[in-house]
Formats: sequence, structure tokens, C-alpha cells
Amino acid sequence: MSNKAMRDVFIEELGGRMAVDKNIFFVAADFGAPALDAIRRQCGERFINVGIAEQNLINVCAGLALEGFTVYAYAIAPFLAMRSYEQIRINLAMLSQVREINVNLISVGAGLSYDVTGPTHHCLEDIGIMRMLPNLHVLSPSDNALVTKMVDLSLAVRAPKYIRLDGKPLPSIYGGRDIPVLDGFCEIYSAANNCIIATGYMTHTAVAVKKKLEALGLDAGVIDFFSLKHFNAEKLATVLGKYKNIFSIEEGFLGKGGLDSLVSTFVNSKLGQKGLKVRGLGFEDKYCFEVGDRKYLHELSGLAEDDVVKIIVDACG
Amino acid sequence: MESIDNNKIAKMDLLEIIRRKSRWVRSETLRIHKIAPGIRIASALSCIELLCVLYYGGILRFDSRDEYLSDRDRFIISKAHGTVSFYPILADLGFFNAVQLSKVGKKGSILGDIPDCSIPGFETINGSLGHGLGVACGMALGLKAKGQESKVFVLSGDGELNEGSVWEAIMFAGHNKISDLILIIDNNKICMLDYCKKIIALEPLEDKFEQFGWQATRVDGHDVEALHAGLSQLKSSDLDKPKVLIADTVKGKGVPRLESDSLCHIKALNCAEIETLLVAMEQRDE
Repeated sequence: MSNKAMRDVFIEELGGRMAVDKNIFFVAADFGAPALDAIRRQCGERFINVGIAEQNLINVCAGLALEGFTVYAYAIAPFLAMRSYEQIRINLAMLSQVREINVNLISVGAGLSYDVTGPTHHCLEDIGIMRMLPNLHVLSPSDNALVTKMVDLSLAVRAPKYIRLDGKPLPSIYGGRDIPVLDGFCEIYSAANNCIIATGYMTHTAVAVKKKLEALGLDAGVIDFFSLKHFNAEKLATVLGKYKNIFSIEEGFLGKGGLDSLVSTFVNSKLGQKGLKVRGLGFEDKYCFEVGDRKYLHELSGLAEDDVVKIIVDACG
Repeated sequence: MESIDNNKIAKMDLLEIIRRKSRWVRSETLRIHKIAPGIRIASALSCIELLCVLYYGGILRFDSRDEYLSDRDRFIISKAHGTVSFYPILADLGFFNAVQLSKVGKKGSILGDIPDCSIPGFETINGSLGHGLGVACGMALGLKAKGQESKVFVLSGDGELNEGSVWEAIMFAGHNKISDLILIIDNNKICMLDYCKKIIALEPLEDKFEQFGWQATRVDGHDVEALHAGLSQLKSSDLDKPKVLIADTVKGKGVPRLESDSLCHIKALNCAEIETLLVAMEQRDE
């Protein structure tokens, strides 16, 4: 399971649901996946390809949702998030405050998934701009077990959701363990002093960094944050309250409303008296024109595992 | 709530009722403008006969006591910024209390300068242009999947056709033969800063739509009889295509100062002007 791309896991799981639940539509902006072929074959008119037209993708999905259908809008992350941002704002976020709209934006290629494809296909803005929109859920799974849970969530919660999926197959984080989906986050490893909070792909970096820190004699907990707007705040305050240093790490621009903003705002408002130190790690205020794989692009941006280890050692050692 | 004696209504034919309702809506819209100077009055005046034919002419199926009646026809007002003239109609039909008409834009009112989906009778929210047609496409596909025969009507401005998202939806509807979709274009020929033809020329509109796989009809958008015939024809058409009614209208219709001004979109009338217009309209009606 873990050697599959997230989109294939999501679509296979959803295809099974679509076979029995005729209330589901899958709408694509001329974007495919191997797993999508079965849905295209089996679900006939409930698979729609709107063509290379992300604005119309969202509007058509909103119209279907207004007629009571559960709808999935499928496209490449930066185009889904940014070409159609006003359609998402008005016809999903705004309209859903008055009428029920269950449209799930299946955004493929989070962060630097499309590494060598270049800056038009990188997506370092989506967490910030999607978190900005009221009424929208923002989901960012780190492994395929969580992706499967997102399918359940997408059907159960009757609200618009932005679900950012990594474009590359990722190793397992959760294995067979229970995932506290409704909490919105999971403390994968607990520690006494230092905590790394990450989302999506960077949760894997956080786990690797934790192991390197331990070899150097520093402790580190790891929190995987997968629901970036709707989460159990009380539990998060309890979990974070025990740490001294918190580091957020994301494939996103720093200081622009992403995971770093979530964490620092939360700590300031809920744990301000405790003297916690918070630092955000992510991308500086520029696009990445350099060519290379994801690992190389992270090295250029100071986000390679050893860079993060050094930052944490310097801050806490 | 409009003061036409019921007995008189029975004697009038349908078209005369619509004409009379249209005159009343025009007066009410001007009265609203007195208390809400920020509404787009010129744009609201060009689509009054269109709205009245839809709602009083038996074209749209609706139930004001059951806003989301399952088998209602859907009506999306994509040029929402210019449809404050819809408020008197909705109040008259019982979607909300007519008292609200005297509160447009006031603190705590349900009615703002631009309508939205929180107001009974409005399906969607459309203060930003270019959204309605694509949403309508999705609704029409959804209705078809449910086996319902309801039609989906959309009212757009002609300037709104500048938006690329509208053409994404026009292509989509034509390709997919969304035959239960009826687009009405309030072709008042003026954008905000000039005549449309001087900004982005749109004509010949019938040819463009037909080339995209639509059935197109053009009528005088203030001629109630022609509008009624055009909409009836499109609603009952069994052609396997989406339909468009291009309604040639006059922006600022009924107000000479606005009708003759290419900048009328951003012009407001003062209270004295409105009073004079209302008196003249009353005298003409008598």
C-alpha cells in the first residue's frame, strides 16, 4: 500500500464507494491517474472531465453539490488552489455558510512534489491561502493510511475541503496504528523538551530528524498535523504545553499563514504564559528556479535533514 | 402587495399584468434607490421586464413558501450587482416581508446593495461576475442525474461575457449538450467605463453561441410579449442544446439621463430627480 502514490490510494478507495453510492460525482480538469481509469469505465456520467478549465471545474462541482451530490474536484495542486481561488472562495467557502456544499478538492502535487517541473508546478502557497478561507477544511495527509481515512472524512463531513496529496509515493508513518482523525493531529513520538510539528511530506523529514537528534543526545517529539483548520485545540494545548522548544517545518513559504502561522498563533493565544520557544522552518520569500530533485531543492533552501538537525541543535543544544 | 385590484387582474390578459408589474417594479426600484444610493441603478433598470416575465409570466416554476422546493426551476442571477430590481418582485410574491424594501442597505437589514444567497429567493451568491453559468451547468447535470425535469435559468450581463470563466462554461455546456440550461443575457451594451463595443466587442452574439453548440434567440428585452414568446419557446424546445436568449435592453431604462450616458453604470440619482421621475411615471400610468 505504501508504495503507491496518494492519489491512487485515494481514488481506488473512492472508486469502491462510488460503485455503491450513486450520490458521488468525480470531476477532473483533464488530469488523470492510473487508478482513475476504473472510475471512468464504471461510473459513466458520474465522471466528468471539464477540460483544462479549473475555474469551471469548481463552479460545476458547486452546482452538483447544490443538488445534493458529494463531489470530488480533481486537478494539479497549484492550478486547483490558485487558478480557481475566487471560485473556491465564493462558490465553496462563502456559499457553504448558507447552503450545504460537500465539494472535496483533490489537490495533487503538494509542495515540491513536482520538483524538476519547476516553479509553476511547485505549490508552496496553498496551506496559507486555503487556511484563510472560512468554512473550508484543509487536510494534509502524510501517508496512505491517513489518505484512506480522508476518504471517510470527505463523505462524513458535509462541508468543502481542500485535500492536498503528495505527488510521490511516500513510506508509511502510521502502519497499522489507530489514527485520531478527528483530533486533526497526532503526536507520533512524545518527548520532554523539544517538539517538531510537520505536515504532509515534511512529517517524514521530521521523523528522520528526530532520530538524528536522539543520536546526538537531544530528545524530540514529532507531531503530524493533518487537519490544518479543524482540530482538537484543547488536546493540542495539553500536548504542546509539556514542551520547551517547538519547531514547525513545512514545504511552504514562511510567515504567510501556513503551518508556522498556525503553530505560533496557537501557542501565543493558548500557551502564551508558559514561555515556549517557537520557530518556523520553511521556504524563504522567493521562487525556486533551480533544477534538481526534491532532496536537492531542500538542500538549497536549508531544509535538508542535516540542516534542520543543525538548527535544532544550535537552538537547544 | 402591489395595489392592483384582484378583479381587475382577472380581466387583464397575462401580458398586460406583466407590463403593469414591470412599471410598478421600476417605481419600487427607484424608491429603493432613494434610501440606497450605492445600488447599481442603471443596471437594475435594464432587466426589469426580464425578471417580471420569468416570475409573473408563468415561465419559472417556484413556490415562495418553499424556497428550495425540489422540482422548482433554478434561477441564478449571475449579474447580481445589478438586480436590486428583483427585491420588489420577491417581496410581492411572498419570499420575504415587503417591510424589508424600506430597509435596503440599512443596519440589520436582510437586503444589501448587492443581493446574496442569504436572501430568500436567491439560489447562489454572485456579487463577483462570471460564476453563475458554470454553477448552473453543475446544477443542470445534477438535476438530470436525479431524473428531474426542472430547468436552470441564468441571468448574465453582456459585459460579464468578458470573463473567461463564462466561456469555459459556454464551451462546457455546448459540448455536453446541457439542454435544460437557459441563459438570458441582459444585453444593455454598457460596461462600467464605456460602451461594451468600445471595450471588448461581443457581437455577433447569436453566431458565437451557435458556433459553440447553443440554440440562440434574440428579442427586444423590454417587449414583454417578445420576451414571453422567446422564453416560452426556449423552455419548451426539444433541441438537444443549451439555450440562450439575447435580450436587447437599454441600460437605465426609464430614466432619460441614464439612458443617454455611457457612464450610467456608476451614476446615482438624487432624491429630487427620483421624486420627479416617480410623479411622471404615475401620471403616465393613469
